[in-house]
Amino acid sequence: MPNRLLLVILLATLSVQAHAQTQTRETAADNYRAYCVQCHGMEGNGKGVNIRDMSVIPRDHTDAKAMSGRSDEMLFKVIKEGGSSISKSVLMPPWAGTLNDEEIKDLVQHLRVLCKCKFGS
Amino acid sequence: MLRYIFALLLVASGSVLAEGILQKDCASCHNITGPAAQTLKDAFAQKGPNLFYAGNKYRQEWLVSWLQKPERIRPAGMYYGNHIKPGAKSDEIDPSTLTNHVVLSKADATAIAAELMKLKPHDNLIAREKIEPGTIIKQMGEMNFDKFWGCLACHLIEPEYGGYSGPELYTAAKRLQPEFTASFIRNPQAWEPKTWMPNKDVSEGSIQKLVQYLDLLSKESANAK
Repeated sequence: MPNRLLLVILLATLSVQAHAQTQTRETAADNYRAYCVQCHGMEGNGKGVNIRDMSVIPRDHTDAKAMSGRSDEMLFKVIKEGGSSISKSVLMPPWAGTLNDEEIKDLVQHLRVLCKCKFGS
Repeated sequence: MLRYIFALLLVASGSVLAEGILQKDCASCHNITGPAAQTLKDAFAQKGPNLFYAGNKYRQEWLVSWLQKPERIRPAGMYYGNHIKPGAKSDEIDPSTLTNHVVLSKADATAIAAELMKLKPHDNLIAREKIEPGTIIKQMGEMNFDKFWGCLACHLIEPEYGGYSGPELYTAAKRLQPEFTASFIRNPQAWEPKTWMPNKDVSEGSIQKLVQYLDLLSKESANAK
């Protein structure tokens, strides 16, 4: 019986490892291209292909003034939990089901490159 | 007896023929064997929707009809990022990069649809869904859809209203099995790990309302296709 239990634990461990291996950590540039560009635009200027009928226009990520008013923590939160988590538009969805925390942190840094700014600068 | 055998052979040969078209022609743009793209590199290379779970997703009668008269469902094609360009007011769809779907004869469309309906690797996901019969007032449905969940950001809900990166939704209930719609809204990544549709943690009640609203939309004569 203990042998069988050991086997089950071993198989479960292997299965978890196999699952983890299939989860690639994508680059921030690719994640931005896949998920953000549709609304925030190919150039990150808030003019995505989807914006025509939106009641609230997406944030221009190249706007240093507006972007420097957001801390990295707030940017992380809004990407992970969506616009309503920081009292902004529901049109900005939560990406927690799509991106892992590491990828979201990378995206926050990617936003800092786009805006050429830091929090409070 | 001979006639019976002949008829059986005809059906069998039609099925073999359809299987051949699927594997040779359809597979050049669609994934018909699975699994779904596990990396963005593979997702960016997609030219058409995955068909390896077509039997879990589509309504057979719609497949037969659409394959004979295909009209674009995803305004910006697949992957949308390969078919857009910067424009004056916003990014625009670049029509020169989009190609039209091949048109099939009624016989081929019927045979292909029958083959596609056999592809059901996600019966487990479908079995979890229970569609509750019910109706929704259009204004309530629209408010739920637009204002509360923000679906219109990426989807057209009328021919000229909504976003472009996702498939049009005013024809969704004609195309899709309601259990698939519910399951995909519940957890898009269970079907497509790299899809650009987010999981918005939609509650059970809201999923039912969204499915009812899509049903209502597809029945409106203005949206009939």
